[in-house]
Amino acid sequence: MASLRFLAAFIGICQLALPQSPTYRVGRAPTPEEIHSWDIAISPTGKELPSGRGTAKEGAALYLRKACAGCHGPLGSGAHAPTLVARKKEERTAPAIPCLSPCVNDNNTMVVHSPFATVIWDYINRGMPLGKEGSLTPNEVYALTAFLLYKGDVIKEDEVMDAQSLPKVIMPNREGFSLPPEWKHGQPRLQGYP
Amino acid sequence: MRVYTFTTMDSEKPNPPKTGRRGFLKGGAALAGLAAGVGSAEAQTQGTPLKKIDELIAYGERSRFVTSTRKPVAERHSPDEFGLTFHVLTPLQDSFGIITPSSLHYTATHRGAIVPDIDPKEHRLMIHGMVDRPLVFTMEELKRLPYVSRVHFIECQGNSARASHKNVQETHGLTSCAEWTGVPLSLLLKEAGVHADASWIVAEGAEEVKGASSIALGKAMDDCIVCYAMNGEPIRPQQGFPLRLMVPGFEGIYQIKYLRRIKVVDRYYMTYDDYGHINPDPKVTALTHQIGPKSVITFPSAGQQLSGPGFYEITGLAWSGAGAIGGVEISFDGGQSWKNTELRSPSYPMAHTRFGYHWNWDGKECMLMSRCTDDLGTVQPTRADVAKYWNVPLDKVRIQGSNNSVQPWKVAASGSVTNGLA
Repeated sequence: MASLRFLAAFIGICQLALPQSPTYRVGRAPTPEEIHSWDIAISPTGKELPSGRGTAKEGAALYLRKACAGCHGPLGSGAHAPTLVARKKEERTAPAIPCLSPCVNDNNTMVVHSPFATVIWDYINRGMPLGKEGSLTPNEVYALTAFLLYKGDVIKEDEVMDAQSLPKVIMPNREGFSLPPEWKHGQPRLQGYP
Repeated sequence: MRVYTFTTMDSEKPNPPKTGRRGFLKGGAALAGLAAGVGSAEAQTQGTPLKKIDELIAYGERSRFVTSTRKPVAERHSPDEFGLTFHVLTPLQDSFGIITPSSLHYTATHRGAIVPDIDPKEHRLMIHGMVDRPLVFTMEELKRLPYVSRVHFIECQGNSARASHKNVQETHGLTSCAEWTGVPLSLLLKEAGVHADASWIVAEGAEEVKGASSIALGKAMDDCIVCYAMNGEPIRPQQGFPLRLMVPGFEGIYQIKYLRRIKVVDRYYMTYDDYGHINPDPKVTALTHQIGPKSVITFPSAGQQLSGPGFYEITGLAWSGAGAIGGVEISFDGGQSWKNTELRSPSYPMAHTRFGYHWNWDGKECMLMSRCTDDLGTVQPTRADVAKYWNVPLDKVRIQGSNNSVQPWKVAASGSVTNGLA
């Protein structure tokens, strides 16, 4: 009986461990190269940032060469595509099209709104330029990010942006956010509301 | 009014039989037509086949007399090419029951991605990051795994009624409900073996902008589904073919279409799609992820016309991101008093639920409202409730987060129905 009880306890331990071991063994393991080429999500810590570098000066040239100006305007504002460089209040004109959600205008450009510079790098890298997404090299993405940060008065024109410096940039909205509350099953989104 | 009783096959016959069941039905239809003072037996039986019989057999379509369609928000008739979101509204005023037909399901998308052309044979889902065993699945492999089918709504956070809106399609058309089928995300994550110190996932689509959202691991392990089917068929391209992540009860942007990758991480990644939600006030941030209890009357609703005093069945939809709908109340006096309605459909968690109420309209002006309570006991707020919570005057209240406030419809003595917010 004692040994049976021991066996039962042993099986119990095995069952506790089971949920994290594979059950179905369907699918295959990706190669490290596959994971690397797919993994474009950049953390605020910047740990996934690739090697490379760029400055605002290089970014200014790229902004014209990669046709960014065609959609976003030569000054990064006033065109059809979302505003990239916030204008001074007296320079602002009515948008050419209705600004729908998410409305990106002078008040919430990526530089103004994003708490982390890595968000800008991530979005340019994954989503730009229109129709040629994912075609920019890491150097080009660093340079374009540096250009927007410089135009937004966040960094100096000659500051080098790379995997080390970019996550350390203190953005204007660095403290202007709160994290979502911990999610729990069967819990209202905000206790006591309304 | 034409009564479309017979199939096109009948009218193809040179001399339709005068007797028998068909003839009897035709006669009945003719009497009905005469009684209504319009039409004739001939008009009622006409119907020219527009398609060959093989096509009619292969794929059924709705009657040519049914013309309900989706509409773009703000009359923008093309997907936006410049990074703004393009929203298309579902015609809730014409809906019955709780399932939205796939072709009328609302859609919201970035840039030109209204119909990405993805070959399912080439499509892959990768799960990696803080896991013991990174995995890649083909569509075929995903379909070998145990699956679930569940009815869930999807609502866009931008589904917010304004005074300028003319009908329920405009005020509430960014919500829809479908049956979704796929593999529980928890099964896939367990298969990969999630590290004990992981706390979030980043889910990403395969469309050109590779839209990504951060989702708490607790939610990912709870009830999320990696879906390959919707309403009994492969997901439609506008809804994410071939693979979509269903995050029940969360706003639309989390329901990642064209799902290609899930990365398990240890922090909130604040992607471009996430950062639209951020707000310095944690209360506002809390109101932007899960949809609150919400309901709306679809008949009678703005833009519709009551033909005169008498009996009408009031009907509408209720849903909540936190669970099933427990009950729906209705008010005829702008929220002064409330009466219980009856649920007319199953009440599934995080799904549209249909309610109804027998109403004998006395022909007097009234302000119709509905409010629901979910199974957590959370009650849908009126705008006055929201104003009280934020301690602002009612005329200054701005609904924070996703707007689940009560929608008023004004019924005039003439029978015309208009937006009570106007």
